[in-house]
Amino acid sequence: MHPVSTGAARRLRSVLRLQEIPLRLELRGITKRFGDLVANDHIDLTVEPGEVHALLGENGAGKSTLMNQLYGLLQPDEGEIVVDGEARTFRSPRDAIAAGIGMVHQHFMLVPVFTVAENIALGAEKTKAGFLDRRRARREVLEVSERYGLPVDPDALVENLPVGAQQRVEIVKALTRDVDLLILDEPTAVLTPQETEELLAVMRGLCDAGKSIVFITHKLKEVKAIADRITVIRRGRTVGTASPGTAEDELAALMVGRAVTLEVDKTPAEPGREVLTISGLAVADDRGVRAVDDVDLVVRAGEVLGIAGVQGNGQTELVEAVMGLRTPLAGSITVDNEDLIRMSTKQILRSGIGYVPEDRSLDGVVKEFSVAENLVLDQYDRPPYGNAFRLDPAAVDKSARERVEQFDIRTSSPDSAVGTLSGGNQQKVVVAREMSRPLRLFIASQPTRGVDVGSIEFIHGRIVHERDVGTAVLVVSSELDEVVALADRIAVMYRGKILAIVPPDTPREELGLLMAGITDSTRPASDAGDPAAEKGTE
Amino acid sequence: MTPVSTATVENPAEVTPTGRFWNRQRRLGVGVLVIGLLATILFGALAPSKTARFTLSEDAQGAAFSINGKLGAILFGVLAIAAGAVLLAGLLSRYSTAVLSAGILTFVLSFLCWQVAGNFLPLVDTASGTLELAVPLIFGALAGVLGERSGVINVAIEGQFLMGAFGAALVGTMAGSVWAGLFSAAVGGVLIAGILAVLAIRYLVDQTVVGIVLNLLALGVTGFLYERLMQADAQSYNQPPKMPEWKIPGLADIPVVGPVLFDTNLLVWLALILVFVVHFGLTRTRWGLRTRAVGEHPTAADTVGIRVRGLRYLNVLLGGVVAGFGGAYFTLVATGSFNKNMTAGAGFIALAALIFGRWTPFGALGAALFFGFAQKLATYLSAVGSPVPNQFLNMLPYLATIVAVAGLVGRVRAPAADGQPYVKS
Repeated sequence: MHPVSTGAARRLRSVLRLQEIPLRLELRGITKRFGDLVANDHIDLTVEPGEVHALLGENGAGKSTLMNQLYGLLQPDEGEIVVDGEARTFRSPRDAIAAGIGMVHQHFMLVPVFTVAENIALGAEKTKAGFLDRRRARREVLEVSERYGLPVDPDALVENLPVGAQQRVEIVKALTRDVDLLILDEPTAVLTPQETEELLAVMRGLCDAGKSIVFITHKLKEVKAIADRITVIRRGRTVGTASPGTAEDELAALMVGRAVTLEVDKTPAEPGREVLTISGLAVADDRGVRAVDDVDLVVRAGEVLGIAGVQGNGQTELVEAVMGLRTPLAGSITVDNEDLIRMSTKQILRSGIGYVPEDRSLDGVVKEFSVAENLVLDQYDRPPYGNAFRLDPAAVDKSARERVEQFDIRTSSPDSAVGTLSGGNQQKVVVAREMSRPLRLFIASQPTRGVDVGSIEFIHGRIVHERDVGTAVLVVSSELDEVVALADRIAVMYRGKILAIVPPDTPREELGLLMAGITDSTRPASDAGDPAAEKGTE
Repeated sequence: MTPVSTATVENPAEVTPTGRFWNRQRRLGVGVLVIGLLATILFGALAPSKTARFTLSEDAQGAAFSINGKLGAILFGVLAIAAGAVLLAGLLSRYSTAVLSAGILTFVLSFLCWQVAGNFLPLVDTASGTLELAVPLIFGALAGVLGERSGVINVAIEGQFLMGAFGAALVGTMAGSVWAGLFSAAVGGVLIAGILAVLAIRYLVDQTVVGIVLNLLALGVTGFLYERLMQADAQSYNQPPKMPEWKIPGLADIPVVGPVLFDTNLLVWLALILVFVVHFGLTRTRWGLRTRAVGEHPTAADTVGIRVRGLRYLNVLLGGVVAGFGGAYFTLVATGSFNKNMTAGAGFIALAALIFGRWTPFGALGAALFFGFAQKLATYLSAVGSPVPNQFLNMLPYLATIVAVAGLVGRVRAPAADGQPYVKS
């Protein structure tokens, strides 16, 4: 099927040189199209032996598509993959693994009901007399885990492990396959700052052990902290290579195509009356586990309360409980002393509360509907748009045109389906709709997830403006930088509890520790060169 | 969507399983308690005060366990109440499954004491009858296990049975060989499985819909050929040789177990051996690990170089072979000839056994035996002229499956990717 296995060539080479030599990879003119969309447009990339090569780009720039071709999950339409000077075709991940290439995917490729050892053995099982050699599988896991300092328990069920541990399992899985080039696809997206630090240390260790790493990310600080070289990709094209010494704003400009301001301009808050009051709130998640546990919170008029925390610590359930999408187990939620728990979501929305849900495509917009229709999803049955029986298309269209203008929604027409817009413009549709009612409270969950930098700026500006006119604002984000930039007070959420409420000028490392659930101030702080300690946004 | 909660209202969904008072064990306890009370009061009152004999032989002769029917019904009923009370009190939670089984068993015994009072129940006959009825269900459920653990739903077991039964009768008669019949049964099963596999895996058609259509197709094709071919000339087309009965010397002389397990035919042994083979295959071999991975998380399997679709094809076709053997049992062992729609829904009961047995080979075996026992008991009851309609017992497999799917007897979790075609993104 494939040409003379490089497996054999590699073995030969290691025998000759008496040690494992990291491989050299070259991608030449890789092009991949999905219908009309050119996801990768003649991309060139060279990874030298033993380096950490960062692949920097916004969401949707084509980084993962490129790497999936390198890993044999997709086949390029044009271009070639050259490993150690030899052009190769990877028809499946098996070929890529045989050539010494491993990948840790953004969404972990682990079977939840299998043990760690089973997951690692899968696809490369060793057998004894036809049966799985479990003892050997365990031993291999422990060996690799020890050699590279990646603690994993071979007998643990993967579904019971925290994400940081699952990621270690993924890395160990790749390393047991004896790969020399490791692709890490957005590895820090799900990690706390401390876990990120640990991962960066592991990456350095792997390079010292002679492995090359392709590090896919859109986080500038991490790139500067670890990369030997940086390739920036924008809209499917290579737009430049840079060294880690390049300034952050320069990298950001390369990434998004223009210079952008990274900080949010805002005046000090002038908090007024208590608007949202949550006390003793407990909420169960879909599995019935208590995801929000005895939370007390107050959001005042004219302030932004930011909730920071690694995703999955109860933020989603908290917000859904406030919006009447989830029935609390206990506690009370009031806005200006009105009880929200007894109200339906529709009543809650119409009582002066705006809500930007965290998953735009699932809960924020109806993709098949037009921009205009999406803009009146909340008020279609009220004047001037209509009543209980009929809709007034002229009124809907008129107000849509106004809001498209006002919120800078880039669409060919208000009649275009929302699904055809970019993520940032879809999000602006949601924000425009939610800010079109008179508001007392504005809640935004992950307001800029998957949104381009230009739209981020715009949305942040609108949120601050809403605060300035006296609305109480609650922002939930797993991007610490976003919370720091927007919030007047930061509540850190961990395992369903609010660990602390701190001012936004709290040092990063302190926030990071809180996000990891560590409140003990005696714990030694990380060293001075800690990239997460540097201020600024991505 | 309707917020009805106040500060103290408990969520109806399970919150923390250990923290709630009405946990699974207590709910089951209430159920067992109720059936125990039913047994004690109803069965006890209805049972005549005559001796119920459970003979060890195939008829009324020989050694027997005897008990007064009324006394037995009340005694076992009280034991069932006790089991229910233990569960309800939250005692012995570590052994709750055993206590639950004891509760159900004593309920069944109480029922039997009532029914058998003044009569006799031959245990060997009941046991071998149960096994005979269970064998095709075991084959069918194992066929389901093979397909569904790799992520392909197989509701076409009924159709595979029919094709297997038909192929065995036709080729067995024409070739004059029971082994040729058995082989053709496998081919018949694979034929249906092959269509299912191609449509489900290659063309991504909804697997349940394909399964149902294939059942109808098999029914139509075999029914047509039966009427046109077999009915016209049964001698040349529908008189397959019967599977020989083999008696293992020594082992066959063990009381009760011997005549049931060691004086029987190859297909019974094959079914029981396959349960072990599939179990160890799934848990201990490379094929099994990969099969389970493909059924749970096909993308993960793909990224480590496993051919997802290939493995699914293999498993569905293997399932076809196994279900074909189940079909052969109808013509080569049970009746000796093919008849239109002769499987009469057994494939669906096998599907029920698969689910009731939680997609595991041993679970499927247990469920198949349980359903076989219910059917055997139904025929016994109508033979002794019991006032209990035997339809009640024939209902049992479906009822049990509904209970199982509703999650009342523990969490029933299908493979995560069951029924989802794998498309590379």
